[in-house]
Amino acid sequence: MEGKTLFAGFGGQGILFAGKVLSYIGLIDDNNVSWLPSYGPEMRGGTANCSVCISKKPIGSPIVLEPENLIAMNIPSFKKFEESVCVGGNIILDSSLIKESKTRVDISYYDVPATYLAKKNNLEKLGNIIMLGKFLKVIGYKDKETVAKGIEKSVSKKRKDLIEKNIEAFEIGYNN
Amino acid sequence: MKKNTYLMKGNEAIAEGAIRAGCKAFFGYPITPQTEIAAYMSNKMRESGGVYLQAESEISAINMVLGAAATGTRVMTSSSSPGISLKTETISYIAASDLPCVIVDVQRAGPGLGGIQPSQADYFQVVKALGHGDFYCLVYAPSGVGEAVEIIHKAFDKANQYRMPVIVLADGILGQMMEPVCFDDEVKQDKLVEKNWATSGHQEKRPPNIVNSLILNVNSLEQKIVDRFKKYEEIKLNEIMVEEYLIDDAEIVIIAYGSTARIAKTAVDSMRADGEKIGVLRPISLWPFPDNKIEEISKKVKNILVVEMSMGQMILDVKAVVQGRCPVDFCGRTGGNVPTPTEIIDKVSSIKKED
Repeated sequence: MEGKTLFAGFGGQGILFAGKVLSYIGLIDDNNVSWLPSYGPEMRGGTANCSVCISKKPIGSPIVLEPENLIAMNIPSFKKFEESVCVGGNIILDSSLIKESKTRVDISYYDVPATYLAKKNNLEKLGNIIMLGKFLKVIGYKDKETVAKGIEKSVSKKRKDLIEKNIEAFEIGYNN
Repeated sequence: MKKNTYLMKGNEAIAEGAIRAGCKAFFGYPITPQTEIAAYMSNKMRESGGVYLQAESEISAINMVLGAAATGTRVMTSSSSPGISLKTETISYIAASDLPCVIVDVQRAGPGLGGIQPSQADYFQVVKALGHGDFYCLVYAPSGVGEAVEIIHKAFDKANQYRMPVIVLADGILGQMMEPVCFDDEVKQDKLVEKNWATSGHQEKRPPNIVNSLILNVNSLEQKIVDRFKKYEEIKLNEIMVEEYLIDDAEIVIIAYGSTARIAKTAVDSMRADGEKIGVLRPISLWPFPDNKIEEISKKVKNILVVEMSMGQMILDVKAVVQGRCPVDFCGRTGGNVPTPTEIIDKVSSIKKED
């Protein structure tokens, strides 16, 4: 569970929300966590990203410059951050949006057609949580109850109806 | 996870912390990257029986703060760098009127409208000259969301204890970052001290209180300022706050505050793993400044490195204390760029080469 993760994509894809769910999962498991978004006009339609640090130790810099895991949901983010991933790290990429060639041999790539899967399953705008599901599978995270709690805590109190759909999206990504 | 723990943005946590510290009036005006403070207040202040008002400008908001403070109400405003510049005239009036209030500055890059990314380029302004005249404000610079909540509470208490404006100085990182914070279900509020100076209505039972900053008689004004500086001396004795991180055996000490101190700690952890004897001193109170601690360190270490998100402002205060006892180097980024741990490590390597 511990690690430095970078979520990156377009504003509106739920990049910051996916990061928040991961942060809550880390918190429920008694870790220190930090979540730092890119902010300002870039959130509104430009590229958005967020740094999530999860650690048993106190967190120093909350800015993830060399992610152990990159969750990329558009081409500019993939191109921008592919190089920065640590040796031995993972990139989970939305293969329905990113068709670029992969340039590194010292990291692992996982293709998930998240946007396509979201549409197909009537879960539009939940490609982010499909990606998160795949990511949690890749790192070997098993506690689905905690994931459900993390989703519940992250969803706005006014939109409790979204919890089930988010869990469904998580399952699709996890089992992909 | 502990009960009642939430992930909150620094800005939101500061707002919630303020309400729990008994803040009953908030006057503000939106500006990135502090807008969430005002947004949170607009939602929650009414529930807690207080007043929230979005003024027509920063200037108007700080004048409302002066008015509310004069009645003895726990009052706060928040803004970011250019907005704080607009408030300075009235901050001087508030200081001159010996009124308590809390002002949060979530710094962005300047000068001018500058940019909205994190910065610490307002150190001079906030620590030295938050308005005209001979006066200081207490300045606290938290470096995490949890600490920001403790600090905001302290800020209200100290503002009331000393009857002066207290500044909580953050930056875009701290304002926008989420970290866990623990809030109890029940709000525990301090017993508020009686304010016999407040202009809260005398009902013809006591002489009226008057709040005023105009004193035309030179001797009276001088005496007033001298008395205020006696209070400042007391603050210097009692209110200095620092965090020491691995400095006991350190040969090099990094001095940094706020978010930058966290980045410095990450660099230090990495250098410690390579056997480097290095640590971080983090001033939490920027005024009063931890002069004695820095003097003590300067007598023991080979080098001091100051890291800031500016072209170098706090470094002048460090140098004034060190007085050449050891070299004081600088590493910083500005304009909204944030120093990286690698840049700090590289700077330390180059310092060692020069030795």
